[in-house]
Amino acid sequence: MTTTHERSVPKPVFTDAEAGAKVFPDSELRRFNYFTPQKRKQSHYEDVTVEVQPDPRHYLTQGWLYAFADGRGGYPLEWTVLKAWGSDRPIPERSPGSGGKGYDWPALGWHEFRDPNEEWELTLYRYNANVVRQLNQNVDAARQAKAFDQWNRNWRNFVAQHVGAWMHVDHGLGLYLFANANRRAPTNMHNNAISVNSMHRIRAAQDLALYNLTLSEEMEDFDGAAHLTTWNEDPAWQGVREVTEQLTAIDDWCEAIFAANVVFEPLVGELFRSNLVQQAAPANGDFVTPTLIGAEEFDYSERDLRYTRVMFDLLVNDREFADHNRGLLQQWLTRWVPRCLSAARTMQPLWSQPDAKPPRFEDGLDRAKSRFSGILSDLGLQAPKELGQ
Amino acid sequence: MSRQSVAKAHQKIQELSWEPAYHEPVSQYGTDYTFRKAKKKDPLKQVLRSYFPMQEEKDHRVYGAEDGAIRGNMFRQVQERWLEWQKLFLSIIPLPEISAARAMPLLFRTVPNPELHNGQAIQMIDEVRHSTIQQNLKRLYMQNYIDPAGFNSSLRNFQNDYCGTIGRQFAEGFITGDAITAASIYLTIVAETAFTNTLFVAMPAEAAANGDYLLPTVFHSVQSDESRHISNGYATLLMALSDENNHQLLERDLRYAWWNNHAVVDAAIGTFIEYGTKDRRKDRESYAEMWRRWIYDDYYRSYLVPLEKYGLVIPHDLIEEAWNRIWNKGYVHEVAQFFATGWLANYWRIDPMTDEDFEWFESKYPGWYDKYGKWWENYNRLSVPNGHHPIVAEDVDYVYPHRCWTCMVPCLVREDMVTDKVEGQWRTYCSEPCRWTDVEAFRPTYQGRQTPNMGQLVGSREWETLYHGWNWADIVSDMGFVRDDGKTMVAQPHLDLDPKKMWTLDHLRRMPEVQSPNVVLNQMSDDERAAFQADYNRQGPAGRPAPAQT
Ligand SMILES: [Fe+2]
Ligand SMILES: [Fe+2]
Ligand SMILES: [Zn+2]
Repeated sequence: MTTTHERSVPKPVFTDAEAGAKVFPDSELRRFNYFTPQKRKQSHYEDVTVEVQPDPRHYLTQGWLYAFADGRGGYPLEWTVLKAWGSDRPIPERSPGSGGKGYDWPALGWHEFRDPNEEWELTLYRYNANVVRQLNQNVDAARQAKAFDQWNRNWRNFVAQHVGAWMHVDHGLGLYLFANANRRAPTNMHNNAISVNSMHRIRAAQDLALYNLTLSEEMEDFDGAAHLTTWNEDPAWQGVREVTEQLTAIDDWCEAIFAANVVFEPLVGELFRSNLVQQAAPANGDFVTPTLIGAEEFDYSERDLRYTRVMFDLLVNDREFADHNRGLLQQWLTRWVPRCLSAARTMQPLWSQPDAKPPRFEDGLDRAKSRFSGILSDLGLQAPKELGQ
Repeated sequence: MSRQSVAKAHQKIQELSWEPAYHEPVSQYGTDYTFRKAKKKDPLKQVLRSYFPMQEEKDHRVYGAEDGAIRGNMFRQVQERWLEWQKLFLSIIPLPEISAARAMPLLFRTVPNPELHNGQAIQMIDEVRHSTIQQNLKRLYMQNYIDPAGFNSSLRNFQNDYCGTIGRQFAEGFITGDAITAASIYLTIVAETAFTNTLFVAMPAEAAANGDYLLPTVFHSVQSDESRHISNGYATLLMALSDENNHQLLERDLRYAWWNNHAVVDAAIGTFIEYGTKDRRKDRESYAEMWRRWIYDDYYRSYLVPLEKYGLVIPHDLIEEAWNRIWNKGYVHEVAQFFATGWLANYWRIDPMTDEDFEWFESKYPGWYDKYGKWWENYNRLSVPNGHHPIVAEDVDYVYPHRCWTCMVPCLVREDMVTDKVEGQWRTYCSEPCRWTDVEAFRPTYQGRQTPNMGQLVGSREWETLYHGWNWADIVSDMGFVRDDGKTMVAQPHLDLDPKKMWTLDHLRRMPEVQSPNVVLNQMSDDERAAFQADYNRQGPAGRPAPAQT
């Protein structure tokens, strides 16, 4: 015979606490009412993103509670020299009996930015999980098909050294430029978009590293450490390395995003990926590397550049500071275009290394430049004279 | 993951980091700690190739459960008493989460070991996950729970409400000031390692007992990422400990971070768990019992104490005093009573306690009824408008408390209240450690040592002061805690949604205007202030006026 103890568990109770059970003030108000949606209807993305990071200019009545040693708290607007309308209005003074009210929402042009990719956790994991799954399958299929056996010695070295070296660019920018910048912008919309950009780059770096590992396991004479020597010593890479490091040294977060996504990526990133690796690989019997490089190309051109354009588009058309911003962006172009072009040119020897040659370096660079000019003209910016060099 | 083993893959990605040869990355955050550059292991060993699909799989489970809950009419069984407090909790918590993401870069330059940066980047995106998945849960409550008021205005409310402000320390403390104090000690070593168990494990259990199984689904999913973050913090802590020069700062920061987390988290979560539940089974754990298990045993005895041998000075006295405040000084009860006293300044409804609740409290906290019972009976009596004021303006043997300048929870353990004059202003503190935090810890010198990177406590830290001399109706309108008929309040001191039983701005107009305790304090002469403090220290428990002196 078994004795049964009555187990102690909470009992379900019928409460009828579901929407629509009663009518009373607010009973129908089932949307967030503290921001204005960009389109007619507020999006799921906006609901989970907007206003999570507060702003003392509108609702943050008691102000920031903690500050750095210099007395600045929260997300100082001065962390970039660019401005959005309302930036020059002082933070409302709150004092005994002042009440709490700040300026009406949004109080600042910065809050008008929406990530056109509408990234939040659901989308970012779905997207990146799909990418890594697809890449794994591609690499596995290639391995089973013994696809790597078809590579000639020169191409093997090219992938080991040069495709390998690119992982360091992704890793350095992913961490020290993009992840770093996720602390810097004045709204949650900016910082979330930037953090997603950062994960694209860090993932791409790891994709390349793990691909490199597979190749070392599959091919006896594939040198899995060659990418380190190339990155550290090959003169053809020192221009890219120097400008990558210089990008991580930028203090102004807008300048960092602009220099990386508007200047460096078209002139150096796409030049290397689209106009070298993607062009050279097929003729050298390699159909796997392009799928990795293509994934990164898609990250950039369809996602990261997309939010970057929208972000700067708002600033160059700002109702108060358009001229101010355009002037600064032009200055940044004069600063970064020569650096990136020089890095691009230093890479030129790479074009003659594979047996089956890609299209000429100059043609690739011209393509990169015209893509870059197109991005600038979309933003209403002038291509600096240095681009002619 | 494919044939490559996780270990090999992880080792391979160590090849990614490199030393700059031409330009150093920008250095934007300072610390007074010193770190020696030494080869370290990445504590996370997480490779994105497996990380992304793993997180996506976790998402599938969360979103599947959410769909199921709606299809299964979960809200027919959800306790309103519980869900109302979620209006506060879920307005606060997405900001600490996203602030943890923003905090990670504070460690890049200050902890010069690239092996740790990979883990910090993954923590960054984990925290983006937490913030948005919690916003999404709140959106679901707003859409499906009977009373959307307070959810629909959530983030505006959070930003201008004094409870939100208290909670905001648990976010801003991660991202400003000395980089190590903030992003390592306050965030990972104390907030995540000590307190996420109560937040993300104890609280969801209580939610389930109140018919809400979505909070547990979401928060257990969140908690499954936290162990990674705890490893990040531990790795940094061990590095900090390896330099003698850091020991004094570690001692300071552990004291501050421990006490502030206790003051803030125990106030909020303690109230939700003890006063937000309808589960009054005598064998369910009280907050005090949970605290003893999760925080005292698991964190203090098992995590902190073993670090003593590495030279970590552990604030034993403050850990015992936090327990003393919870167990002997009624900290959670005092806070819940204060929240209910000031119900009209908030944006959720607070259910009165019943005889069944009284009985449970008495069995878990013997002596509870003698202290708090009468007051809650008054709360119940005054809950529906009937010609009287809200309880804060009625005579129920309760002295409205002064606010702690540091933790911003009021000085509720009356005997512990201390004052100090800082920057020309008299301030009140709930306790000596809170005074010390303001007067000694958050300063550019500490015990004679230069601490130029230490942060500052800033802001309009006393809510009442902003509304000094205002009528209550105007305050509530100014904050926006009004429903769509333009007069019914979002907050109510009961759960009855019959519009005739709900308080409106009209009921508030007749109340006396708000007086800021701090403004009044600063108008006193020295003698008056001394007398005020002596009297205050004799008040309580349960906010009772000091007994007449014989
Ligand atoms: Fe988190
Ligand atoms: Fe965390
Ligand atoms: Zn305090």
